[in-house]
Amino acid sequence: MNRSEIVEGLRGGAVVALSSAPFAVLFGAVAVDNGLNLPEVALMSATVYAGASQLVGIELFGQHVAAWLVVLSIFAVNFRHVLYSAALTRYLTHFTLGQKLLAFFVLIDPQFAETVRRAESGKTITLEWYLAFAAVIYVPWLVFSIIGAAFGSMIGDPRVWAIDVLLPLYFLGIVVGFRRKPNFYPVVIASFIGSVLGYQLVGSPWHVSIGAAFGVLVAALMPLPQASGTKTAKAGHS
Amino acid sequence: MNFALDPATAWLIIAAAAATYLTRVGGYVLITRMSSIPPRLEAALNAVPAAVLTTLCAPAFFNGGLDIKLAMLVALVVSLKYPGLIMLAAGWATAMLCRHAFGL
Repeated sequence: MNRSEIVEGLRGGAVVALSSAPFAVLFGAVAVDNGLNLPEVALMSATVYAGASQLVGIELFGQHVAAWLVVLSIFAVNFRHVLYSAALTRYLTHFTLGQKLLAFFVLIDPQFAETVRRAESGKTITLEWYLAFAAVIYVPWLVFSIIGAAFGSMIGDPRVWAIDVLLPLYFLGIVVGFRRKPNFYPVVIASFIGSVLGYQLVGSPWHVSIGAAFGVLVAALMPLPQASGTKTAKAGHS
Repeated sequence: MNFALDPATAWLIIAAAAATYLTRVGGYVLITRMSSIPPRLEAALNAVPAAVLTTLCAPAFFNGGLDIKLAMLVALVVSLKYPGLIMLAAGWATAMLCRHAFGL
């Protein structure tokens, strides 16, 4: 056991835990508003553990969308993690398989960003640092989700407290956070047009798949940048 | 509040968790098998989060009332300079003002 590694991990993770706490409360409140109860909120935060996708899932769940489509949408929002685990593999070669499988379970955006930063500064990624960083985010995420769920069920009409606008605002914020990624404007414009068309012509929830397909297709067809490798851009917060 | 887990909902959550975990080990499994990701595939993968999330706020803006539209526009401008929580607060305050002060 390396005490200083644990302390550094806890300290770094605490910042993330604090800044994500309001989103955990938001998730809990919105989840209850969309028909989940407290144990279901806790189960979702504990097992999915991916902020944005949890809110996406809840939004669709509230619209009584088919279950497979909810799961597919969560999968789509979380797809970026494929790039994360691919990029992180080279820093975790000294972990055992079991340790790697555990490490990937808690691989959220800030965990990825901080691990890469630490490794690139020349430090070895120890299991103690990695898990301390993860735990101090994971536990508050769960606790604040539950608090949000308890609080959310006491709010009557969500319109009075403008709870209903929080979710689109939250998604908007994440989209804006991606604005320095390659192909951002063509992708967003294509997805916007695709989803509005899909919403008007086909109906909800198909606007999600149609809009996303528009954006992804445009990205795949855009001219490729000169120096392109497996470098992963930092992808906003979760 | 009802404190019993609804089996259908619980299974949905477990399936979502499994799908999420699949993305989190997927890159590891892929990278140990292939030497590099084709650039067009990578460009498409990179676009997935922005594309999906845009579809989740576009109809809200397009179909929402003036309160939602104003809240989202204010949040958009604020988010260009300030972190997520301030953006959220600004948009929320705009919606509250619209509804309670101006009756929109």
